[in-house]
Amino acid sequence: MDMYSILRHFADSWFLIAMTLFFLGTVLWAFRPGSRAVHQETASIPFRHEDRPAVAAPDQKGGAK
Amino acid sequence: MWDYFKLIILGLITLGAAIAANYARDLAYQVNMLTVMLAAGLTFLWTLRQTDEEKPNLSHEYNDGVVRAGVIATVVWGVVGFLAGTFIAFQLAFPALNFEWAQGYLNFGKLRPLHTSAVIFAFGGNALIASSFYVVQRTSAARLWGGNAGWFVFWGYQLFIVLAASGYILGATQSKEYAEPEWLVDWWLTVVWVTYLLVFLGTILKRKEPHIYVANWFYLSFIVTVAMLHVVNNLSIPVSIWGSKSVQVFAGVQDAMTQWWYGHNAVGFFLTAGFLAMMYYFVPKQAERPVYSYKLSIIHFWALIFLYIWAGPHHLHYTALPEWAATLGMVFSIILWMPSWGGAINGLMTLSGAWDKLRTDPILRMMVISIGFYAMSTFEGPMMSIKAVNSLSHYTDWTIGHVHSGALGWNGMITFGVLYYLVPKLWARERLYSLSLVNWHFWLATIGIVLYAASMWVTGIMEGLMWREVDAQGFLVNAFSDTVAAKFPMYVVRALGGVMYLTGALIMTYNLWATVARQPQRGAVSVAVPAE
Repeated sequence: MDMYSILRHFADSWFLIAMTLFFLGTVLWAFRPGSRAVHQETASIPFRHEDRPAVAAPDQKGGAK
Repeated sequence: MWDYFKLIILGLITLGAAIAANYARDLAYQVNMLTVMLAAGLTFLWTLRQTDEEKPNLSHEYNDGVVRAGVIATVVWGVVGFLAGTFIAFQLAFPALNFEWAQGYLNFGKLRPLHTSAVIFAFGGNALIASSFYVVQRTSAARLWGGNAGWFVFWGYQLFIVLAASGYILGATQSKEYAEPEWLVDWWLTVVWVTYLLVFLGTILKRKEPHIYVANWFYLSFIVTVAMLHVVNNLSIPVSIWGSKSVQVFAGVQDAMTQWWYGHNAVGFFLTAGFLAMMYYFVPKQAERPVYSYKLSIIHFWALIFLYIWAGPHHLHYTALPEWAATLGMVFSIILWMPSWGGAINGLMTLSGAWDKLRTDPILRMMVISIGFYAMSTFEGPMMSIKAVNSLSHYTDWTIGHVHSGALGWNGMITFGVLYYLVPKLWARERLYSLSLVNWHFWLATIGIVLYAASMWVTGIMEGLMWREVDAQGFLVNAFSDTVAAKFPMYVVRALGGVMYLTGALIMTYNLWATVARQPQRGAVSVAVPAE
């Protein structure tokens, strides 16, 4: 088979499956147990460090509402 | 040491550009090279004056200078782009505005790419670069990576815009829609864009927050995908290194497919993913509450990334493109309804429990209506990608109406909201100069968009129906010129919509200027000058 047909065949079989599985994996990962706390913490990032960068050590709680 | 190295490079570029301008085979190339010579020469002088100066340690504050410059550039290019758009709208209604004395320079065909590039790449691009630099620093709690590399991105991007625009007017174009710039400008943009990617990634890598906020995911996908699209769609071989003309590597339907793979993903990643990043940072900030569902934002991101990239073939229905490819593009466009509306709902619901703010805060209202327009135009788009609908809508003004409800409504309005948010913060002012002027801007822009979209729906569907109308013998009823004549009133309405939108933008320009110039600075602030 020529290169085009090989790639074409690969694209609509194995690679399609791989991408679909990866996508489903991201969805399942988002709903994993314990993700709620992480997501709440991440969603509040914009409300910290408004005026200047964090100093030295990671300052996770500073200014959180 | 690095300064001396820079001086050598800049000197060589100045010299090389001067030689190239001398050998130039066409006017566009010559003017471009003179522009490069001037830019490199000025940068040489500036670098020379900075050489061996003491560099203060600024790691304890954000690099907001480059964001301020980006905000100014966004406003200026926005007004230029809207003005060009309004003018060419009048040119379509009144062809006499294609002045005889400016023939070949300022007629519709030359100004149209100038308008599209000015609004998408100059206005939208500067808004994306400036806001991404602002957001990535705050959500990473770290100063922008790479020292002055951020400034290189800013000035390099402005040079790209000037080179592209002057090239269009003087006739350098590779005739690919939204990818008109010729090879030399493409190569320069690649350099700037890779630097942009490095600055952005570098800032994320040195972040002080354990997680990467969702806005940064959207910005990053925008930067990476645009780099890929730009390089692949601009694979061309210059005829001569002393001229602007180049020949495309792809030909025929492959070239068309590559172009619309680029074209649609420019919409998907430049005008959607990048601006969604703005939504995910600035709407929560302005509403003072976190995004409605962070889980939904993650699913929104991955679904958008996985689906958008396949939607391009819907631009090539009923062409030489194989039917399966067109069907694929159509199906993926329709599936895109889900992530688009999921994202829009996520943005809107961020206001849940704070809906009362819409009555008092015109900036939030601007952001909310932009999300509304996003939802509407991402409903309209998939519908138009259905083959049966596309056979009526394609090549008509309906497409132009659709693009503008997305660009003016979604991209324009969210950018205005972001500008109103950023200017008082960046220049350390207590508040905006006038909220009632924001209200004026809001209503002028909204009514302008409604006039624009409605007139384009009417003229588009009318045009589509007139083209396919046949009499009892099977002959076409209308000549093309009949459709052009019938469109006149709608063209005038559309141009008036443009005037309103432009007026709104001018009011915003005055308001933002007055915010800085007519109000005192707040006390101790983030933009404090380095202590000496």
